[in-house]
Amino acid sequence: MANFYTDNPDLKHHLSHPLMQKIVELKERNYTDAEKFDYAPVNFEDAMDSYDKVLEIVGDICGGKIAENAEGVDHDGPKVENGRVTYAPGTQENLELCRKAGLMGMAMPRRLGGLNFPITPYIMAADIVSRADTGFENLWGLQDCAETIYEFADEDQKQRYIPRVCQGETMSMDLTEPDAGSDLQSVMLKATQKEDGTWVLNGVKRFITNGDSDIHLVLARSEEGTKDGRGLSMFIYDKRNGGVDVRRIENKMGIKGSPTCELTYKNAPAELCGQRRLGLIKYVMALMNGARLGIAAQSVGVSERAYREALAYAKDRKQFGKAIIEFPAVYEMLAVMKAKLDASRALLYETSRFVDIYKIYDDIAKERTLTPEERKEAKMYSKLADACTPLVKGMGSEYCNQNTYDCIQIHGGSGFMKDYACERIYRDARITSIYEGTTQLQVVAAIRHVTTGTYLNMIRDYEAQAVKPELQWIHDALVAMTARYEESVKTVTEANDNAYSDFMARRLVEMAGVIIMSYLLLGDATRNESFTHSAEVYAKLAQAEVTKHADFIANFKPEQIAAYKA
Amino acid sequence: MSLNIVVLAKQVPDTRNVGKDAMKEDGTINRAALPAIFNPEDLNALEQALRIKDANPGSTVTVLTMGLPRASEVIREAIFRGADGGIVLTDRVLGGADTLATSYSLAQAVKKIGKVDIILGGRQAIDGDTAQVGPQIAEKLGMPQVTYAEEILDIKDGKVTVKRRLENGVETVKAPLPCVVTVNGSAAECRPRNAMRVMKYKHATSPSGVAALSESAKEIYARRPELHIQEWSAADVEADPEQIGMPGSPTKVKNIVNVVFTAKENLRLEDNDEAIENLVKELLANHTIG
Repeated sequence: MANFYTDNPDLKHHLSHPLMQKIVELKERNYTDAEKFDYAPVNFEDAMDSYDKVLEIVGDICGGKIAENAEGVDHDGPKVENGRVTYAPGTQENLELCRKAGLMGMAMPRRLGGLNFPITPYIMAADIVSRADTGFENLWGLQDCAETIYEFADEDQKQRYIPRVCQGETMSMDLTEPDAGSDLQSVMLKATQKEDGTWVLNGVKRFITNGDSDIHLVLARSEEGTKDGRGLSMFIYDKRNGGVDVRRIENKMGIKGSPTCELTYKNAPAELCGQRRLGLIKYVMALMNGARLGIAAQSVGVSERAYREALAYAKDRKQFGKAIIEFPAVYEMLAVMKAKLDASRALLYETSRFVDIYKIYDDIAKERTLTPEERKEAKMYSKLADACTPLVKGMGSEYCNQNTYDCIQIHGGSGFMKDYACERIYRDARITSIYEGTTQLQVVAAIRHVTTGTYLNMIRDYEAQAVKPELQWIHDALVAMTARYEESVKTVTEANDNAYSDFMARRLVEMAGVIIMSYLLLGDATRNESFTHSAEVYAKLAQAEVTKHADFIANFKPEQIAAYKA
Repeated sequence: MSLNIVVLAKQVPDTRNVGKDAMKEDGTINRAALPAIFNPEDLNALEQALRIKDANPGSTVTVLTMGLPRASEVIREAIFRGADGGIVLTDRVLGGADTLATSYSLAQAVKKIGKVDIILGGRQAIDGDTAQVGPQIAEKLGMPQVTYAEEILDIKDGKVTVKRRLENGVETVKAPLPCVVTVNGSAAECRPRNAMRVMKYKHATSPSGVAALSESAKEIYARRPELHIQEWSAADVEADPEQIGMPGSPTKVKNIVNVVFTAKENLRLEDNDEAIENLVKELLANHTIG
């Protein structure tokens, strides 16, 4: 049986990034927990060793049972009966394994029963789980919701709910409704406050992943007569209280093991989480950012799987008297797959480190006042995280779709059959560029970092970093690409035409994205020889992408949009 | 009801992943070339023990192993998965033991542990494949034994109910405690390592392992007794020198042959008793069986 952590040295490379020292020291508050908890680390090396050992457990379970169960789970799927969901047998087994292994509530503080992991190793676990079973990553990864309770609920709620999540109870975030998908401001589910001050929920939610979970976070309209996001609040619904039933589960194309539910709320008792009216504008935004990073990790896990399946097949399959990997058309495809995988993974962990630092500062700020330098730093990392999250979710999910497409292509006719895992991976991948905000919505979130220059500032910082002499050409090429990017941004912004800017937004975001990812891979290759080929291949790809977009923008007149209009 | 459960475990070379240098020229195992692992069926036994513990709060699971000092690794592994602690029976004079001497030595260790309600072990180890140690320990301790166990169904009123996996089906039997149960590979897989326990017990080792710990780990080890895996010598378990190690092992390895099976010729037998009897006689005569 394979171990999906130890068989992939790239993971350890990212885990041992130089910035981890700062993250761990902040997270562990200089290792003071060691006095209270016998599983807390005493120093940086001890903490890193613990992450390594726990990820080895994740890799073991994933490379073993979870990967083994994936086909059966895809086939069986969950069932709904009398308003309750029963998971596929393989899913039940997977959950039980994760509970026994203590992998629930990984990022929660120790005092609430968690492992107190920074986001980075937690996201790495998600990357590994997704490689084994993409749909299962959802059920496991919804432990993210505990983060929202931890950040915004009161102490009593934290004490009541978070230990349950750490013990293995599952969660869901009930946001979407039939008429409120991408546009969550239109949420209608009604929250009514009774005379005794308690709340009940009434209405319908749709497309709720793991909708029959134990603990739900629910976005509902608490302010009667309001129509926009400012009338929405966040609630916690505990399944033990009853009142929410599953009307049906969707029959989906992929991630079939993950039940997607339609829920009916009939006077379902719920507790307000945080303050009224901040449900969407503050809490869901935070929740979504966490969830988007989770989908980015899920996408990278899928890319990894697709690349490995394709590589193994290409080495094994012989045509015209040799293994097909020896043909340029095939090895090019594989090299590009690997480059996209490595690029999106590099951005994934870069983002998770940014998220780590600002979230830890936010948490420290609850204990003491931050120094002016710390506040400045927290603000900077928060901005970087905000800029990188839509980029890695958007581009990472597109890359994973491309990689699963190419994976089938390399398998040829066999890939179209149910005999190989690649067709399942292909179907599972498809949702990643849709849920938690489509790629198009990621562009909407990212574009302001094009116009305000966040990406350009990041690029300038990367530009200043030392490079291995033999890879200097990549650096030089990136400087030239950056010039073209700036020129394109200038062309679009100077037109001062909103429709035209929106039309070009994705191109600009992708240009920034490929340049940033190319710099990250250049850094990885400088630190670690094994990334050299990916850095080279990705630089070529980035060059071609930047040229394509820059040419498109240069040759386009705003009024030509007319030809595209429906 | 709280029970004292002992799990017998062995650290074995991983014979399932045999490379070309797995065997030395003389036909003995090249232990250096094979990773040392937790004997697979002992993990099945551990899982049964942990389930008994789950169902009977307050119970303790103690892992007993005999081998080199580094066999404390299997105890640490068992602790990662939920065992409470363990003992390594290790001594130069115990070396070279066959199953008789091994079971005597382990039986002595069990006596030293004291009150034991149930002893579980794997059916057999993948290095020797004898399946003799468990049953012999039961004999030496005067306990009933249940072999080929697939599931411990329950423990109550001083009796254990066990489902056994036999060649042609299953059998459910009841045995009075204390007793020895050897567990089949078809039993439930062992639960995974637990993240919190791994972080808590990662420095757990026996006295011989302390030297290899880092300085900060040594400091932690010194102040946390739960990390101390006990090491017992032959003298600690009051073993009779004549019954242990080489002197206590009547089994003598005369010769080791590297047998490669090849199909050379087919033999067709008539479907009657006479033909079968002739075949058995022939196999006895050429020492294939018997």
